Amino acid sequence: MKPAHIDRTVLPEAATLEAETSTAPAQDRRRPFALRSLVPYGYISPTMLLIFVLLVIPIAMVVSYSFQDNVIVEKNPVFAGLANYTEVLTDPVFWTAVKNTFIFITLSTIAHLVLGLAFAMMLNTGLLGGLTKAIFRIVYILPWLFTIAVVAVIWRLMLDPFGVVNYILTTLGILQTEVNWLADPSTALWALTFINIWSGYPFFMISLLAGLQGISADLYEAAAVDGANPIQQFFNITIPQLKPVLISMAVLDLIWTSQQFALIWLTTGGGPLNVTEMLSTYTYKQAFSSYEFATASASAVIILLITMILAFFYVRQLRER
Amino acid sequence: MTGGSARVQSRLRRLLGVATAAMVAVAAVGCGTGSGEGSAGASEPGGAVTLEFAQWWAPELPEGSFQELMTQFESQNPNIKVELLSGPYASTKQQLVSGAASKTLPDVVGLDGAWVNDFAKQGALTDLSALMAEAKYDESQLASQIKVDDKTYMIPVVNFVYPLFVNEDLLSKAGVKAAPNNRSEFLDAAKKISALGGNVKGWALPLDTAVPNGIQNDVMSWLWASGGSMLTPDGKPNLTSPPVKSTVEYVKSLNDADVIAPGSLTMKEQDKVEKFTVEQVGMMIDSLAHINLIKKNSPDLNFTVAPIPAEDSYTGKRGLPYASWGIGIADSTEHKAEAFKLVEFLMSQEANAQLSTLANGFPGNKTAEPDFSKSDPLFKTAFDIYKEGVPANEFVGLPKSEELMRTFDEQLQLVLTGKQSVDEALSKTQESWASVI
Repeated sequence: MKPAHIDRTVLPEAATLEAETSTAPAQDRRRPFALRSLVPYGYISPTMLLIFVLLVIPIAMVVSYSFQDNVIVEKNPVFAGLANYTEVLTDPVFWTAVKNTFIFITLSTIAHLVLGLAFAMMLNTGLLGGLTKAIFRIVYILPWLFTIAVVAVIWRLMLDPFGVVNYILTTLGILQTEVNWLADPSTALWALTFINIWSGYPFFMISLLAGLQGISADLYEAAAVDGANPIQQFFNITIPQLKPVLISMAVLDLIWTSQQFALIWLTTGGGPLNVTEMLSTYTYKQAFSSYEFATASASAVIILLITMILAFFYVRQLRER
Repeated sequence: MTGGSARVQSRLRRLLGVATAAMVAVAAVGCGTGSGEGSAGASEPGGAVTLEFAQWWAPELPEGSFQELMTQFESQNPNIKVELLSGPYASTKQQLVSGAASKTLPDVVGLDGAWVNDFAKQGALTDLSALMAEAKYDESQLASQIKVDDKTYMIPVVNFVYPLFVNEDLLSKAGVKAAPNNRSEFLDAAKKISALGGNVKGWALPLDTAVPNGIQNDVMSWLWASGGSMLTPDGKPNLTSPPVKSTVEYVKSLNDADVIAPGSLTMKEQDKVEKFTVEQVGMMIDSLAHINLIKKNSPDLNFTVAPIPAEDSYTGKRGLPYASWGIGIADSTEHKAEAFKLVEFLMSQEANAQLSTLANGFPGNKTAEPDFSKSDPLFKTAFDIYKEGVPANEFVGLPKSEELMRTFDEQLQLVLTGKQSVDEALSKTQESWASVI
């Protein structure tokens, strides 16, 4: 077969075609381009529709409810301006809920990260065999596998004044008398925070374990050659390498924990004496107990704004990565 | 790859994208029309109607027994099917509120009398007076009807009284010969039972604020048992009156005597029942509806029921707290006539007697006779107590009754933890209630 011969005196077909189409009306040139630009939207439209129906519309409705006078219960609610927001922001129980929520989410997040990192490092150690690590991985992840209702029931039984926890602590002499962990105003919030930490740390453990396994061993070898001890390696290699994961997880946990409702409702119901009242339980009681749906909506919008501030930091942190 | 093949693939991708967008648009339009408004029940070809009936009764009855009743109804009404939506009592109210707001309430709903005022104001329930008139129903057979603005919204199907449950073995171990009859005897018995030591206490007081019906069942019951009232004759709050103060002071005295099971401030009703079942508590005020549950979990438990102790000097008729399994019809249902047929069936002499016998409750139909022969002897004892006393529950028909109970609960907790005096607590609660009632 003869090699292809390129006649350099003849314009390529594309150029000829372009010359032909350049004389066609502008409208005909735009039509295929407009149709092509719709294709990506076609592919994302199912997701966009779901987001719109399940997220945007409900949020818009709640925001509109917050400016009306007692919706749902009133058949013809009227515009109430900022009255609902004023009512919420001047309610002392709301600020109690804000304070409790701040303590709850801060302690939970710090403990989740510390425990998660500690267990992840244990599961990443070279000192244990593969089978041993696999068994402990299953054991450590168990709290996360239970639904929150089961977690609440288990811990209510264990923390009962005559439950297992008091029995062990009094037998060991750590406590002289039984403690009402969930019913005593001085211990209820800490007991609830502990339960939340217990049920949530495995997720962090798994995420940080993945992060640890992504750190190159060369870095540790080089550090060891330079004479760095394990603690120096931890602070100068492990933490900086895990920093993006740590920050992401921290912000996400703050957001998720601020939305915690079921655990609080099923253990203490916000009591005793409002010491475990959170923004979530406060909003719920406004709606389903006081039948003040407009006030509850105002509370929900305030929570949304607080969460959006946290989400802003999360997105900004993602972009920096 | 040739230019022609690439063009074909590109055209195919475009077509797929446009087709996807078109399908989504059609789905959105299809979902948008014919949605939401109206009944949860469905109509089938041939005119058959399926009614949805939300209640918490089936799980509290012997297994399968409530479904059998529904099967009886269906056999009498071949064009009507009943789909039972069963769930726990604690979550039923929230589900009904949400359902009422979104107009997706089931056709027939189980109700607690304390919810009626709020649901009626929300427009969630249909006026049963009108339906009864239309169906020419004989209202005289009903033991009671729950009305708001003179319209019936709920008919109590089965009434459960809340007598005092007493563990006879613990009482006898403590050297108490009989169930206490007045407050002094109760305090004495509770002290003696608590003195048995270990995990045992004389009484349980559930003050969980999530579902604060402990105020109705375990606190105000003392007031009503002595003929007292928390309201004025015209229905306004009267919490600073001597009878209410005496009741709260009495509960405080029980707390000060350390006879109440620990964990009270966050104890739920089911915790109270469990503690009684496992003999950690010697006495409790509880619903007859739980007799089946206690006997199932602890068949050897030796317990009885007694009237709630009254004030020492009181000799009149004793109020006995009650709660009802009430029934209502959703205003949004398209099958009101069929739904009322189900109500009629459950309120009929035979079915009502059957249901009351199964549930160990008292019939909402005055002519229904529960069958004592096969039921637990405690049921008969409770029925005698019921006949000698007077049903009393002032929270039925009040607006925002749960909120009223919660406000009282929070103030009572401050009293029991020594942070507030009884007078201050009652005065603050009075002020809060006055803004609602």
